[in-house]
Amino acid sequence: MLHILQQPWPWYVAGVLIGLIVPALLLLGNKHFGISANLRHACAACFPAGISFFRYDWKKEIWNFFFVGGILAGAVIAAQLLPDPNPVVLHPALTKELMAYGITDHSSLLPKELFSWSSLFSLRGLIMLAGGGFLVGFGARYAGGCTSGHAIMGLSDLQWPSLVATVMFMAGGFIMANLILPFILHL
Amino acid sequence: MQTTTQGIKQPPENTDFEVRSLDTICVNESKRQHPWWYNFKYMAVGIVFGVVFVKAEVISWFRIQEMFRLQSFHMYGVIGTAVVVGMISVWLIRKFNIKTIHGEKIEFHPKKFNKGQIYGGLIFGLGWALTGACPGPLFAQIGTGALVAVVILLSAIAGTWTYGYFREKLPH
Repeated sequence: MLHILQQPWPWYVAGVLIGLIVPALLLLGNKHFGISANLRHACAACFPAGISFFRYDWKKEIWNFFFVGGILAGAVIAAQLLPDPNPVVLHPALTKELMAYGITDHSSLLPKELFSWSSLFSLRGLIMLAGGGFLVGFGARYAGGCTSGHAIMGLSDLQWPSLVATVMFMAGGFIMANLILPFILHL
Repeated sequence: MQTTTQGIKQPPENTDFEVRSLDTICVNESKRQHPWWYNFKYMAVGIVFGVVFVKAEVISWFRIQEMFRLQSFHMYGVIGTAVVVGMISVWLIRKFNIKTIHGEKIEFHPKKFNKGQIYGGLIFGLGWALTGACPGPLFAQIGTGALVAVVILLSAIAGTWTYGYFREKLPH
């Protein structure tokens, strides 16, 4: 049993469980699934700076901090109790492509060549981690939600603006991964 | 909407309802006041979510790269199944008028279209492919011990703040 749980879980198991978050939050307290809102609440709580966008009663949104706290705790549990002893299995074409950029460590879910403190102090790492994070935060709020709020909650509720946002998320991802990222990884 | 006053000074209400509804922010006002520790029920849901994120490799930078190169079905399967399960759930809740565990009516609010979903969505997508993380997996990345992901999180908060600062000047 433990052996099975340690293996990477198939997409249909993960998909069903993630989909069930939607009714779980609704039934537990009328809450709508949406994680990027936490980034806004963090701004409202820590540095509202008189900006009207951050002037609201963020304390009403504390449930969402508990929710993401749970995600963090769940990841600790999975990493400590159910570690996968095998390296991440990649598509051969991706393995080959990444090798050209010096990314060969497949031992963990995040390549150590990119996700490390030493990488952060290189131009490549700085653009990918700090720059990428900035785009995620800016874009999610501009779009009014992220993958959870739009792609999962919004589409579940058949909201067509969420479909527009989801299509644009994917478009941005395809452009970055195929057209821009190769130049950044070369740095 | 009435703010409760218990001698505590409440910040002014954000009456920008359209934006609030887009942000999935407390549009569902509960009349009930629960002790703060009731919030642990949301933490329990989050823990399940976090375990799934890690074990299904949703938080993996590699999996996101495969998705955007059409080299793997995995992420499409995860998101697609989640959407279908979510749709069926919302449909059932509506159809049978299912209440919350505290007996309150479950409310939905239509999202309004604005150009932000196009421009913002595109910007978000660029960042998603760079970091391999949307906001949820970001917290899980930190939890697996990749502490440098804290930098991504702080940058994302900075990005959100910058959006708030320039919001009036951006096309919506």
